[in-house]
Parts: sequence; C-alpha cells; structure tokens
Amino acid sequence: MLTKRLKSSTILLHIILFIGAVFMTVPFLWMVSSALKDLGQVFLVPPKWIPDPFIWGNFKASLTALPFGRAYYNSIYINIIVVVAQLITCSMAAYAFAKIRFPFRDAIFILFLATMMVPGQVTIIPLYLIMKNLGWIDTHLPLIVPAALLNAFGVFLLRQFFMGIPREMEEASIIDGANRWTIYTRVMLPLVKPALSALGIFTFLGMWNSFFYPLIFLNTPDLFTVPMMLNLYRGMYATDWTLMMAGASVALIPVLIVYIVGQRYIIEGVTLSGIKG
Amino acid sequence: MVMSTQTSERSETFAPTVERTDAMWPSMKSSTSEALWGYFFILPQAIGLIGFAMVPLILAFALSLMQWDGFGARTFVGLDNFIGQFKDPDFNIAVVNTLYYTVLTVPTGIILSMLVAVGLNKVKGKVLYRLFYFMPNITMSVAVAVVFMWLLNGDFGLINLYLRDWFGIQGPQWLTDTRFVIPAISLLSVWVGLGGSMVLFLAGLQGISATYYEAAEIDGANKWQQLRHITIPLLSPTTFFVTIISIISSFQVFDQSFVMTGGGPAKASYTMVFHIYDSAFVDFTFGKSTAAAVILFVIILVLTLIQMRISKRWVHYEG
Repeated sequence: MLTKRLKSSTILLHIILFIGAVFMTVPFLWMVSSALKDLGQVFLVPPKWIPDPFIWGNFKASLTALPFGRAYYNSIYINIIVVVAQLITCSMAAYAFAKIRFPFRDAIFILFLATMMVPGQVTIIPLYLIMKNLGWIDTHLPLIVPAALLNAFGVFLLRQFFMGIPREMEEASIIDGANRWTIYTRVMLPLVKPALSALGIFTFLGMWNSFFYPLIFLNTPDLFTVPMMLNLYRGMYATDWTLMMAGASVALIPVLIVYIVGQRYIIEGVTLSGIKG
Repeated sequence: MVMSTQTSERSETFAPTVERTDAMWPSMKSSTSEALWGYFFILPQAIGLIGFAMVPLILAFALSLMQWDGFGARTFVGLDNFIGQFKDPDFNIAVVNTLYYTVLTVPTGIILSMLVAVGLNKVKGKVLYRLFYFMPNITMSVAVAVVFMWLLNGDFGLINLYLRDWFGIQGPQWLTDTRFVIPAISLLSVWVGLGGSMVLFLAGLQGISATYYEAAEIDGANKWQQLRHITIPLLSPTTFFVTIISIISSFQVFDQSFVMTGGGPAKASYTMVFHIYDSAFVDFTFGKSTAAAVILFVIILVLTLIQMRISKRWVHYEG
C-alpha cells in the first residue's frame, strides 16, 4: 500500500518537474523554430513548430548582414585575456591575504570586501571620464583593463580556499628554502584548481553576457562584442522575426552547447561561488 | 566596524582552521621580506582597487555635488542634485517602476525556485532536470530579451497564441501596453533567474541533515508537515541570502527594458539604472546622474548591511 502511494506521488512529481522543464526550454525551441521559417510560416495561427520547408538561409543572412564573426572574435579574445589575467591577479592577492603576514593586511582586505557592495552604475560615470582622459573610449581597453585588475569577489572566493589549506603543505617547502613565489606557483595553485575553474567560469559568463559596459564604452560596430552586435541587429530587423530569431540563435547556441557539454562543471562552479560568496 | 566583525565571522563559518595561521608562522624569514612578498602579491589587484574602484567612487561622490555637462566648467551645487532628483518626475517614475518590478519579481522567483529545489532535491534524474532549469541563467540578457520580444508579441507571440487557443483569452499587448510591460519584463527575469536561485537552494538543502526527516518520519509527519516544519525553517538562511541578492539585482534591472522597450511605452518600463544611463549619456547631466547612482548605492548598501547583520544572527542560531 505504502510503496504504491509513494510511487504515484513520485510520478506526479516527475510530471510537474517535466512540465516546468518544458517551460524553461520552450523559448529556445521556439527561437530555433522561428529562425528556420520564412515570413509566411512565422505568422501562422495556430503556431507550427516544425518549419516546412526549412529556411537555412536565415542563418546565412544574419551572419552576413552584420559582422557577427568579428563580434565573436572580439568577445572571445577579450574574455580570454580577462579570465587569464583575473585568475593570476586574484589568486596572487588571495594567497597573500590568506597566508602571508604584512602590515595593514586585514584593513586592505576589508577595502576589497567593501567594493563588492558598490554597484557598477555608481562608478561608471567617473570610469567613463577616466577612460576619456586616457583616450581609451571606443577601444577594448576599458573592458579589459579594469576587469583584469579588479575582481574583489574573486579575491574573496579564492582566499577562502587558500585558508582551508593546512600549513603543513607549505612548511616542507619553506624548510627546503623555497621562496613565496615558488610556493605559490608549485604548491598552492595546484591545490585550488577547482576554485580557479569556478572563478574562471563565473568570470567568463559575466563578461560574455555583459552589455552595460560595452554599451557605454564602444561606438564602432567593428569593435562590438556579441551582445552589442545583437542589439544593433535588433535595431535593423525589428519587424523581421525570422531574421531576429536567427540572430538570437547565432548569439545563444554556441554558449548553450558549451553549457550542455560542461554543465556539471558550470553549475558546480556557480554553486561554489554562490555559497562561498 | 560592521565590516570587520563580518570578515572574521565569515572566515570562521567557512574555514574554521584559518585564523591561527599567522601566529604559527615559523620565524625563518625576516618579517620585512615577508611583508614585501605580501605587497608584491597583492600589487596588481591593489592597483585595480585604487584605480577602478576607490578613485571612481570618490569622484562619483564629488560629481554628485556638482553641476557639469562634461565639457564646460564644473560648479559646486551642494546637495541640489539630490534634492533635484526627488523633485524630478523622471526619477520618481523610475523609482516606482523599479519597486513595482522588484515586488513582482523577487517573491515569485523565490517561491518558484524554492519549490523546484525541494522537488528536485531527492528525485531521480536530478542532474538532467537541473540542466534545463538552470539553462536560462547562463544566457545573454540581450539575446533572451530579443527572444522574449517575439514570444510576448501581442498579435503573433507564442504566449498570446496559446492563451487564445487553449483558454480563449485574448492576451494583452505585453510590451506596448503601459499596464503590462513591467509584468512582462518580470516574467522574463523570473524565467532567467529561477535556475540561479534554485542552485543556491539545492546547496542549502544539502546542508539539512537527513536525521531530522528520519525522526519526523518515525513521528508520523507527512511530506507537507516535513516541508513546513523542517525544510522551510532550516532553509531560512539560504532564503534570506537569495532574497537579498535578488532584491539587489532587481534594483539594477536595465538590459531587458533597454532592449525590449527602450524604457517605454510612455516610460512605463523606465527603471533607476535607465534613469542613470539617460541622465549621463543622453542628457549629459553628469552631476544629476551620479546623484541618482549614489541614491541607488545607498539603497544597495543598506540592503547588504541588513543581510550581513541578520545572516550573522542566523548562522549562530543554527550552529
């Protein structure tokens, strides 16, 4: 009796969870479906899910209408530089805050924590003026340099992990006469690899999807990142839904593929950052 | 002061062994060279901290007290920019819209994500379900905004087509009707944010010991009673954390309304960040814009401090 009741409640749970999962997926499916239709099919009532015929040309049209390839290149190279730079600079600072004793250490660390509370919108105007004075407006530098050199959250996250490493790990190397740099690169970094990949994923997603900063710092379409290019595209094809959905697919699908392949890693990384943060 | 207690508090919570590190460090190296190594390691991030956080923040406070169009002379105007914001109808519209959006988005998101997390927690195929629920969370805001423009289209959008087909309801012109534009953006945000909150709730659920449920089971408590008297109370620190970060991100909503509606129709989706952006980069009133940004900062600061204070109490309560 009991097992039977449990079973039916489990089935009900699966049905509800399945319906929920469908709701989460439908916008993507409808996007792809619309992207593969012509204008005659896209306005059909009731909606038709499978295009007939498939209009693959929409993708070609969206890729040639605007330099999306260029935007991908810009986004990817900016991201690689920022992620690598952040992993180095954040882990260095985090290691020092966790394991090295120096004057004002805690006070400086508190300053880092305090900046986590400052929303980007507060500093954006002074930052814009600084970049203008440096002559960096309409270049990629305002997107790369501040991000590469400052991620207080990253420092905080990695510091938690360094602090969890027992001091015995370092002591042996100290006795062998290794200096701090050697300990950091040879002993400590390999021990916090999971935290580094979590931070890397987090930074990558944040940078990749970021719209506010590029919107303010970039003017030339050749320099646009993917979200900026898509926004430009939206302005051009506001009424042609097939091309709009093709453009959105071009922007979304590569990331979705990466997500599906590496989902365990990504979700665990986000969880880790969320808990630690 | 609040900050410093919070720091040690956090380190104790997450890494109990840590604080003893310093005292036990062997005195093999001179403390001067240790200190130099320390400064060397923090140097790159410290440069970033000064150049891209502290200096801009100080400049922001200074600018908020000035009248300036970005080119001419700067004039000191005291608190006029702040007083002006409260008298500015645009600012007031932005605050009302942002609050309305927050009230719609945050509770809906919290309740749905908690329910999904509880449902997923012990179910077979958890990883597969999680894949789908989390998927919108990693997507680009601009791209999903474009997709939702199509889904929410008043005449041919999928949502209205099915409302008509299945329920016989004529759906509204979501994005061009002043009454529906905020609910529409809120719907998009709930869809995007659900997975992120769910992941945090799942992590919180992992922390609840199975023995509570075993004991409740023996006492004959049903699933609903277990949820009501074990899961929800013990999950409360996570709930509080998720609530605060959701409110903070709600106050910063911008991309969706910028892409989908341009703040319209008739400023019905004009939010606080939109106002900051418009004042600075459309009207070139930098002083007014930074004053609005400082007000946003204060709101977020207060929320963060409340979160720190209360979560601290909760950690103690639980531990």
